[in-house]
Amino acid sequence: MNILKLENLSVEVAGKRILEDVNLEIPKGEVHVLFGPNGSGKTSLIMAILGFSSYRIVSGKIWFNEIDITRMPINERVKLGIGVAFQTPPVIRGVKLGDIIRIFIGNGTNAGQRQRELTKTLNIPSEFLSRDLNLGFSGGELKRSEILQVLAQKPGFIMLDEPDSGVDVENLELVGKILDNFLKGRSGLLITHLGYILRYVDADKAHVLLDKTIGCSGKTTEILSHILKEGYKWCEKCPTLRKRRYERRISQQL
Amino acid sequence: MSNTKKKALRAKDKPAALGPDLKLERFSRNSKSWPSCPVSSLPEDILRQSLNVGIRPDEKGRAGTYFQIDHSVVFQNVQKTFDGQVEIMSTKKAFKKYDWLKDYWWRLIDVDSDKYAALAELKWDYGYFLRVLEGQKVTLPLQSCLFVSKDNLNQNVHNIIIAEPNSEVQIITGCAVHPIIQRGLHIGISEFYIKERAKLNFTMIHNWAQKFDVRPRTAALLEDNATFVNNYICLKPVKSLQMYPVAYCKGTNSRVRFNTILYGTGDSYLDVGSKVVLQGGGSRGEVVARAVASDSSQIYARGLLVGEHKDSKAHLECRGLLASDTSSIHAIPELLGKISGTDLSHEAAVGKIAEDQIQYLMARGFSEDEAESLIVRGFMDVSIFGLPDSLRDEIKKMVDTTTERAL
Repeated sequence: MNILKLENLSVEVAGKRILEDVNLEIPKGEVHVLFGPNGSGKTSLIMAILGFSSYRIVSGKIWFNEIDITRMPINERVKLGIGVAFQTPPVIRGVKLGDIIRIFIGNGTNAGQRQRELTKTLNIPSEFLSRDLNLGFSGGELKRSEILQVLAQKPGFIMLDEPDSGVDVENLELVGKILDNFLKGRSGLLITHLGYILRYVDADKAHVLLDKTIGCSGKTTEILSHILKEGYKWCEKCPTLRKRRYERRISQQL
Repeated sequence: MSNTKKKALRAKDKPAALGPDLKLERFSRNSKSWPSCPVSSLPEDILRQSLNVGIRPDEKGRAGTYFQIDHSVVFQNVQKTFDGQVEIMSTKKAFKKYDWLKDYWWRLIDVDSDKYAALAELKWDYGYFLRVLEGQKVTLPLQSCLFVSKDNLNQNVHNIIIAEPNSEVQIITGCAVHPIIQRGLHIGISEFYIKERAKLNFTMIHNWAQKFDVRPRTAALLEDNATFVNNYICLKPVKSLQMYPVAYCKGTNSRVRFNTILYGTGDSYLDVGSKVVLQGGGSRGEVVARAVASDSSQIYARGLLVGEHKDSKAHLECRGLLASDTSSIHAIPELLGKISGTDLSHEAAVGKIAEDQIQYLMARGFSEDEAESLIVRGFMDVSIFGLPDSLRDEIKKMVDTTTERAL
């Protein structure tokens, strides 16, 4: 059974088409990676899956656990078990990171202990919790704060938007190992530009987002080694991509 | 007749420079007399209202208490353990005790500045005298409550607050009305004297009524190395509130900070500013204002920084959040540099609740309403007040309860 299925998904932002006929299936229990050059629409895909209002679904469907969530409010989707660690979360003054974590953990008998364990695991000092959400956080702190929130939420499916960007070497290993452990028995979609996080996280399959759609899919190690060797120029050689570009050009001329 | 009285008489019809002009004769001066009694024995509905403005009837966790209802002083007491550290009494009683009090009376505020100040002199209804003695660090906050129990009443208080050299204290003042009250006029004159190396943190919480008018007139004088933090919160509806407190940083290295949190509801008219005059070398000022306008409320968030010393610095920050399309926030930050070397700056921003913030919180599972409520409550974050943890948590809880009901 698929935990997530995108069916011919096309998305617009401010009237501009940014995703075209995206098809993606993530079976339950699998972790997939989404590669793609800067600006290819990886983050937009996550926003569309979540239902952010600026990302208008023009056509296609989003299925989560076989439920059509295409028109569902964001929080309803999240309640079904979707969690997300954003790449650039907004600053929310006065709302403390600790307040959010406490809401997720609740007031149960072991709540305090669980919070301490989580922060310790992620190497987050306790005073960090009394800071305004995302205000003045460094790149690495932002990532760890996002992951802390996801760990506290315990979703069944987790989307991680570049959890490795801006993280120093020590914390990359820490974050990578924690995520790998957390993803065991769960499903996920992991966006990474350079694949650093994949040193620690096992991914079942990889996809490349190019020209507004999933250009190719395959074994994570194979795709990653091509990208690391040649960059996304490697994709330019792809006959499928060339054929699609040719067809698009023709249809535009008509 | 004293000169002060004569000046007041001459100004009795003088409108204020800001805010709607009120017809003073509309308000009643007749009130019943309340007998002195412990705060905890006051009627339940009064206690409940005063709790909402931070006043603890059991006096637990407070070094001393002043409680005034209408034109009567019902309670004035310092806890035994703080005897010899601090004095609390009505200003009328203080006048009998201290001849020198006249030197502090109408020294920072002109009695003829407008008809409200004049009325406070001509029809004076007590007010509190709080004095922390030299070198005393008062470990618990003092509390004072100014309460109106009769509809359409005019209450005029004149408060004197003195922090003697090298003293430290926290004061929490709550102004509230009985739940049956709709209309009325409260005028509060407050003169603060923060002497050498003294530290005063003053938090004022207002809970008025939908048709109630309020005209506080506040000024503070800071001597060498003195620190004054003035916190103000108004979360409940009020017909009109106009105030523009001023701090004169006269002393060398004196520090002042004004923190204001306004939550406009109904058709409230709030015109609130903070003014800092930097006169001493090394003096510093900071003004922080957070205003949320909902329903049809109108908020004027003013600020004026005046640099009169070459080594002085101040910053003003005003953020406004529009929670409805029928409300308005007018931020008016002003800087007046009178000498080169002074360093004054401001930033102001007014806007609606950002969609990306709402959606971010929704992506954490909160509903749209819950997300908005979290953002608004976070926006009115009392941790900017610089209070000790226990008092901060107490006030935060109070703000949360009030806003939770309103949102």
